[in-house]
Amino acid sequence: MKACVMRAPGTNCDSEMVRALKEVGFDAPLVHINDVLREKNLAQYDALVFPGGFSYGDYIRSGAIWGKKFVAVLKNELRDFVAAKKPILGVCNGMQVLVEAGILPRTSDYPEAAMASNAFGYRCMWTWLRVEKNVCGTAGLYKKGEVLRAPIAHGEGRFTVVPGTEKKTLAELEGNDQIVFRYCRPDGSPAHGEYPWNPNGSLDGIAGICNPEGNVLAMMPHPERASFFWQFPDWTRGEKRSDGLRLFRGLAETVRRSI
Amino acid sequence: MPISKLSDAELVRLSREGQLSLSLEEMHEVKKYFASRKREPTDVELEAVAQTWSEHCGHKTFKGVFLTNEGEVKNIFKTYIAAATKKVGAPWCFSVFEDNAGIVEFEDDWLLSFKAETHNHPSALEPFGGAATGVGGVIRDILGAWGDPIANTDILCFGPLDFPDSKLPAGTKRPQYIHDGVISGIQTYGNNMGIPTVNGAIYFDESYVGNPLVFCGCLGMLRKKHYVRKTKSGDVALLVGGKTGRDGIHGVTFASVELHEKSEETSRSAVQIGDPIEEEKIKRAMLRVREAGLASGTTDLGGGGLSSAVTEIAQRTGGIDVHLDNVPLKYPMSEAWEIWISESQERMLLTVPPQNLDRVVSIFESEEVEAVPIGIFNSSGKLRIKYKGQIVADLDLAFMFGSSFVQKTDARAVQKKHEEPQFEQPSDLSAVLLKILGMPNVASKRRVIQKYDHEVKGNTVIKPLHCFGPGDAAVLKPLDGSWKGAVLSNGFNPEYGKISAYWMAASAIDEAIRNNAAVGGRRFAILDNFSWGSPQKPENALALLDACRACYDFGVAFNAPFISGKDSLYNESPLGSIAHTLVISALGIAPDVRKCVTMDVKKNGNALYLVGETKREFGGSHYYKSMGFLGASVPQVDKEKAPRIVSALTAAIDAGCVRSCHDLSEGGLGVALAESCFAGGLGASIELPNGMRPDLFLFSESNTRFLVETEDENALKKHFAGLPLLRLGDIGGNRVKVSAEGKVIVDAAVEELRDAWEGVPR
Repeated sequence: MKACVMRAPGTNCDSEMVRALKEVGFDAPLVHINDVLREKNLAQYDALVFPGGFSYGDYIRSGAIWGKKFVAVLKNELRDFVAAKKPILGVCNGMQVLVEAGILPRTSDYPEAAMASNAFGYRCMWTWLRVEKNVCGTAGLYKKGEVLRAPIAHGEGRFTVVPGTEKKTLAELEGNDQIVFRYCRPDGSPAHGEYPWNPNGSLDGIAGICNPEGNVLAMMPHPERASFFWQFPDWTRGEKRSDGLRLFRGLAETVRRSI
Repeated sequence: MPISKLSDAELVRLSREGQLSLSLEEMHEVKKYFASRKREPTDVELEAVAQTWSEHCGHKTFKGVFLTNEGEVKNIFKTYIAAATKKVGAPWCFSVFEDNAGIVEFEDDWLLSFKAETHNHPSALEPFGGAATGVGGVIRDILGAWGDPIANTDILCFGPLDFPDSKLPAGTKRPQYIHDGVISGIQTYGNNMGIPTVNGAIYFDESYVGNPLVFCGCLGMLRKKHYVRKTKSGDVALLVGGKTGRDGIHGVTFASVELHEKSEETSRSAVQIGDPIEEEKIKRAMLRVREAGLASGTTDLGGGGLSSAVTEIAQRTGGIDVHLDNVPLKYPMSEAWEIWISESQERMLLTVPPQNLDRVVSIFESEEVEAVPIGIFNSSGKLRIKYKGQIVADLDLAFMFGSSFVQKTDARAVQKKHEEPQFEQPSDLSAVLLKILGMPNVASKRRVIQKYDHEVKGNTVIKPLHCFGPGDAAVLKPLDGSWKGAVLSNGFNPEYGKISAYWMAASAIDEAIRNNAAVGGRRFAILDNFSWGSPQKPENALALLDACRACYDFGVAFNAPFISGKDSLYNESPLGSIAHTLVISALGIAPDVRKCVTMDVKKNGNALYLVGETKREFGGSHYYKSMGFLGASVPQVDKEKAPRIVSALTAAIDAGCVRSCHDLSEGGLGVALAESCFAGGLGASIELPNGMRPDLFLFSESNTRFLVETEDENALKKHFAGLPLLRLGDIGGNRVKVSAEGKVIVDAAVEELRDAWEGVPR
């Protein structure tokens, strides 16, 4: 069970990602993007993971350079990987990359969404997330309606679509069951765009989405930083959570079932 | 550069206008050396000497002589700081004062390296760039001792944000502008490099208006075998990282003089330009080189650029031949001296045995980092630099490192007398508490903290805002498979320094240690970071000496060795000297992070205790400050009792009988109680003891005190047998109530206290 954790110059959330993947049984090599592009052999992996960071400084737009660089060389291989229903996970900068690469919200030649600047600038803080769909392998072992905790740490995470198409896009995303996580209040009720519950002004509180097939998942909050009880901000009050790790367990189960 | 015929006045002018920042005596030494060589110095040689002899690199004040009313004191660094470390003689110290960072043992063969730097003057001129490169610089200090940077800390001092523009001197930037720029600079560099910023402080004082302070600290990890420091003759000097440009020319000499109206014009080029992604790539490559054991040594390029880095290592092997033409440049630069002293960022120097050179270069190339050999170490005793076919420098290292100049600092000042104010107890102490909670130095720093990524790497066990209350110290769990934690805290209080530098330093050490102990840290290693006004003013010099004395006394008392430090002197502006500022950073360890304690109160019905003695110590307190007083009764530290109180607390935490613990600092018991309650979302009722006026008891800032919550009162009492321990009351309800002499003197809703602290208008 091999998950390729990629890194580009400026990627910096790789060590915690590798740790979480190993915890659930993955062999998780950390591979430099230049090696991935040179080897041109995505098929050797059971899962692809784009971790967080500031790839190539996030100059131009977050994730833009990595996303374009990837599809410029490996567009077909990446699409084959998606078509083969193998899981791809993007977290934070990884989500930005998958959107810029035209993999999310669905496979396209040009990005169909953008991860725009947060309404209130960069924030590193813990958020509450409502699971919006039932147990979907790649998206973890969660039940619809569950409330999870995970931290965000980004300046550009406001899920945005072409102005004027918001309603249509949201209907499509809902129809395809593509909305996986929404920011919410601690009791699970909708954030209604209100800060800090919706920390970045994301469209309809979207925190994580998948492709229509459900095998590509991307999210701005960091499950790998919410995988062990001691990573949570209030563990000294007695609660022992591991919300994020269940995402990786789901990923592992999906892969196990497929091989 | 002819100097043999220059008069004293001309030598002084050359030093000043050429931004060499050397004294006349030093210029004489240079003149004499070249007279003996029967030639004139080149500009490269003059600059090289100026870098090595700068206050920034040479620490002339600390290593010189202080003249006091009681006689001479030699080398206050050795006499007090290093002496304390020696006296403590901690066997777990791996390397102290030697390298770019202090290094201590952690777990198995793992070591922790810790360093803090100042980047004050650059941040005054260009806040964003100055602060960003301050962070970048201290991270390179960690890399330069083979560490993997795992956490950053930042302590920032600014002028009051509401300081009137009309009072700003010409050439001084608005405090708000400096504040915003510095914070974005730290945010950009730390976040982009993926190093969590986990601990820090922000302090406001009028004395920082013209000269803000930016202390950047970094914690690193390495194994014993990674620490290689054995450069030999024949090894290659490999310059890695970014290209060299004209940014950061004369950074160290600029750091060693006072800021003035024209600093912007003359010294803007002294501020460097940062690129965190370049440094991130360097870090990856450095860690691969250290893992493979391919290099024989390394150091970072910081103050003084190539000049400082190359000569520092050359001094160890005994010489070097440098080929300056090889240095990759951002754009054509004709002047060799500029290349030699440029402080362009994101550069490191590695020393590599020739047989490993290809492998090292290929590792850097695979991380997209340029790596270029620029010289070969030898044992010639000389620094020789070739550029465009000419020898542009040929200096004896013995001369460069053998300056006989001893800086004499006049510390014959008279201690200022201060008076204790007399006033009646205010009728509404709830209002006073709310006011103090909202004072800038006490109020919430959440908006800043949330701009820093304090979670990256996923190892931050105790966070800066645990449960939205101000945590005392940060705890990291850096190793998979071990529960051991690294505990980071700091202490400083410039307000006390206005009364007594000695007790300010003692209090800073006490505060850093009690913050650390409050979460469960112990075995403290500490850093001393001095930011001071010009030592040429006797009152500043005397204060510096006093602070160093306290460093010895209390470093020894707490068994806490100094492992590294930094001094930034000449923090002056047209508004005068800054307040004496000694920042003490403490690095402790927590044997098992699962036993760590946070400051938020946990449970209704639990008892609250006050650990430590509350004395009539209000000088420099925020209570006095809230009324416009300074006072005289500055908090002292009990050398004998304080370490025992800290040890007893550690034992109580280990035994599991402490549910929450918060140290008492600015605002004393009143503020600590409010913070613990609103962080835990629970109220409390406490009763003050008789014997001291209630307002004074509530806001005294006596050191070595903790507010402790316990479920097991008997167990707690056993741990503090023979030590001051006072039952205050119980947790419960949703209001904080303080009563004394049978009357309720404070009564406020938890939400109200939180809003006052957060600055939410009601």
